[in-house]
Amino acid sequence: METFFWGVGIFLLVNAFACLWRASVGPTVVDRVLAVNIIGTKSLVVLTLLALVFGRGMLLDVALVYGLLNFVITISAGRFMETGRLKGDWS
Amino acid sequence: MIPLVDIRDAVTVVLAVFGAFFFLVGTLGLLRLPDFFSRTHAATKCDTVGAGSILGALAVYSGLDSSTWKVLALVGLVLLSSPTVGHALARAAHRTGLKPWQAAKAENR
Repeated sequence: METFFWGVGIFLLVNAFACLWRASVGPTVVDRVLAVNIIGTKSLVVLTLLALVFGRGMLLDVALVYGLLNFVITISAGRFMETGRLKGDWS
Repeated sequence: MIPLVDIRDAVTVVLAVFGAFFFLVGTLGLLRLPDFFSRTHAATKCDTVGAGSILGALAVYSGLDSSTWKVLALVGLVLLSSPTVGHALARAAHRTGLKPWQAAKAENR
């Protein structure tokens, strides 16, 4: 089973590097933010796979913090693009 | 009588392969679709299903452990945050005047 988990993790890493191409050449800014968010979700899953393969529960906490940071970063980037500021009301 | 461990491993493999397939579809959609709205349509939904399925497989594999609750919390976090992110980014792109792609005027892509 550990070999299978390694295979899934390497497959997800290859997918994440493919998404990096979109983050590099994306024609608009929202494309780049979306691609970075997708890479973050993939690396969250890879961190959970590594936590089970290595038997380290600490990596699960790292994955939780990674997911929360990914969410907050993308939401605030979208809001900044929409309103042009980070504080105050929605306009 | 099939041993219980084999059933657990089979469920894990099936769920993980299902999720990996959805991740592959999401990556292809992110790379190949013509404009931002169709890309976020493909990528966020496939990421939700793929991550939820692979994390569910890992929760099945780890049994009833203390780490299972953290994996289930990760499943809930991904299922909540990924569609919200897609909606927020699509709204930001729409409000800032990004026009959807149409096949008749493909030079605007």
